Amino acid sequence: MMNEKTTKQQKSTAVQTTGHAWDGDLQEFNNPLPRWWLWSFYATVVFALIYWLLYPSWPWRDSWLHGLKTVTFTVGKEKVTTDWNTRAVLIQELEEGRSATVQREFMEKIAKVDFGEIQKNPEMLAFARSVGKGLFGTNCAACHGRGGQGVVGLYPNLTDDDWLWGGSMEKIQETLTNGRNGFMPAFGETLNPQQLDDVATYVLTLSAEAPQSEASDRGRELFQGYGGGCYACHGKDGKGQQSLGSANLTDRIWTIANVPEKQTLEDKKAAVKQVIANGVQNRRVMPAWKDRMSPNEIKLMAVYLHQLGGGQ
Amino acid sequence: MAQEATEVLYQKRIPIFPRSVKGIFRRLKYGILILAYGIYFLLPWLRWERLNAPDQAVLFDIPGRHFYIFGLAMEPQDVIWIGGLLVIAAMLLFFVTGIAGRVFCGYFCFQTLWTEVFVLIERLIQGERPARIRLAQAPWSAAKLGKLGATWGLWLLVAFWTGSTFTLYWDNAPELIVAMARGEAPFAAYATTLFLSATTFVMAGLAREQVCTYMCPYARFQSAMFDKDTLIVAYDERRGESRHKPARNLKSREQRRAQGMGDCVDCGYCVQVCPTGIDIRNGLQLQCISCALCIDACNTIMDSLGWPHGLVGYTSENAQQGGATRIIKPKTIGYGVILLTAIAVLGWSIAHQVAYNATVEQIRQPLYATLSDGRIQNSYEIKLNNRVTRPLTVRIGLEDLPGAELDVGGLEQVTLEPQQRLQVLAKVRRAAAGKQGQQHFTFVITPVGGVQAEPAHRPSVFYLPE
Repeated sequence: MMNEKTTKQQKSTAVQTTGHAWDGDLQEFNNPLPRWWLWSFYATVVFALIYWLLYPSWPWRDSWLHGLKTVTFTVGKEKVTTDWNTRAVLIQELEEGRSATVQREFMEKIAKVDFGEIQKNPEMLAFARSVGKGLFGTNCAACHGRGGQGVVGLYPNLTDDDWLWGGSMEKIQETLTNGRNGFMPAFGETLNPQQLDDVATYVLTLSAEAPQSEASDRGRELFQGYGGGCYACHGKDGKGQQSLGSANLTDRIWTIANVPEKQTLEDKKAAVKQVIANGVQNRRVMPAWKDRMSPNEIKLMAVYLHQLGGGQ
Repeated sequence: MAQEATEVLYQKRIPIFPRSVKGIFRRLKYGILILAYGIYFLLPWLRWERLNAPDQAVLFDIPGRHFYIFGLAMEPQDVIWIGGLLVIAAMLLFFVTGIAGRVFCGYFCFQTLWTEVFVLIERLIQGERPARIRLAQAPWSAAKLGKLGATWGLWLLVAFWTGSTFTLYWDNAPELIVAMARGEAPFAAYATTLFLSATTFVMAGLAREQVCTYMCPYARFQSAMFDKDTLIVAYDERRGESRHKPARNLKSREQRRAQGMGDCVDCGYCVQVCPTGIDIRNGLQLQCISCALCIDACNTIMDSLGWPHGLVGYTSENAQQGGATRIIKPKTIGYGVILLTAIAVLGWSIAHQVAYNATVEQIRQPLYATLSDGRIQNSYEIKLNNRVTRPLTVRIGLEDLPGAELDVGGLEQVTLEPQQRLQVLAKVRRAAAGKQGQQHFTFVITPVGGVQAEPAHRPSVFYLPE
């Protein structure tokens, strides 16, 4: 067996030249490419041809070659099939991608359980915060501010624990679904300037912004009696009624008159007086969201808002 | 003319038919082959109990972003460990190559291992080297077609087994294999299997030594690590030359010496066993993968002649010139120090993997809110990440903020499932009186159940109206 003839591969080959010669002795080495390289090159050509056939490729007249591959996605409830393009692929991914599926499943889970159960489940609360933040930015932030801090005098602060219309998840859900219309009549015509001053003084004493005085006693008479009639909405104790959306005047939160910002008693009184005289009209309108958000989204937003500051 | 030009420009592969050989290196290489195949093919089937993930000892779950190696659970942020592993792999390669040459190529590289298995199959079906050469040169016939078909069939089987095993590392093996058989597995599983099967078949069955010679970058840059002390497989020219067949009066070494002949009997065995088709007697060549089979071949012949081993053997350039081979040299020490450092750093890092992460982020819009009782409320998003495969319960508390009330959504404790990430909203309430502006304090996250771990202290700030 040892005498077997060695094959071609074992003979060392001398370096070949292409046979061309320039300037007498200038020659070119021929280092041949391996055959597999050539086949790989042909394979890439074949790949390119198939690619051109399937995907958008060459400009063609006023348009381009669209390719045979298609993408199907839904618009509303309709299935749409188009030529393959990255925008359609993105839409499809947003509908059917893994994240979209997981989000949808979670949404359905939240839709099924009641608020009490959600409140006990940190995972659902975290999901509501994460999705709620986006929905809030789209729908609510224009008025209530990006963080829900609101604007005093216009849009209520959603990060505190004071709720005009009730702070339970159910109440918040109701507020979002149907909207709210806060209203306070103007007393500028009913009460004379002295009475206005007295009522304002009394209101300030409710939250210890002003000391009790004869003026405040007179104000209380007006507040709790038929003279002013404030109690009808705000209650005898001034704590408001959530069914009417009337403000609690005994807490430290001011939603219309910016009392905490004022330094002197006179300024505070003036701010309160202005609200009593002019009322709150056409500035406390919360639109209904039932046509813009799905019931599930509204439910999720109720959870989000409940967590934001201090739900009840 | 065109035909000629093609012939010149593109060189056709000259097929190589390695002859089998017996010897110490061959046995060693088969041992490594069995070990490597055993690990590669059986590892996906090895079970390891887990609460939240498939009970697979080695599992790389890409969609879930969880990677498991036995008891070690990793997440994408541990990618730095791959960096450490790559540094170790590179340094180990440099270290070993500096001392003993292309050990990786000859003994451990999967190209070498899979080619060996494919050659074994080829020999099993078609016979020893002369028979294979005859078959290759024979005209097409039913017998030839049958033999080649059987070879290719077995190759395809091994290639497919290789490809599907690779796929099994990325999902729960027993479920995935059933899903694949039923046609319910993800596209990626089929694509990976197909790709790996195809490349295994092409690389180990058809391309073989061309991968090492033309494609592999390691083959080329390993020569940069060679020096005069690096072990190489070499032919002892001074002992072997001049070559001559053992003719009538050239049977013993003495006779040969007297006539100016060396020990090489020019049998060609070393050339025939070479998987890359070179003649080791021509000196160190870039095609040589240091598989050492020519050593076994030559030693077999020397044994049969009763002459000493080592006409072809491991040596170094210094040893060839009569000097000693140094193993401890600046290069070895340098690579060795980096290698040990990298192993130590990676080992320390893995051993000190934290059980959980906790970060506190203040909600900055608004910074604070006045509550109806006049107190001030600040909100914080606390991100918790359980890094281990057991549940973890933590209690969140405050430090250095007297008179403050903490509300974590009404939860006393927060329980994280194995490897769960969770964000909880913490509200801190405090009277507006006293020091205004900022107040520095600390959130203390204390593990109270499940995994034993140190409490985490996270500094934060409480803002009051100015």
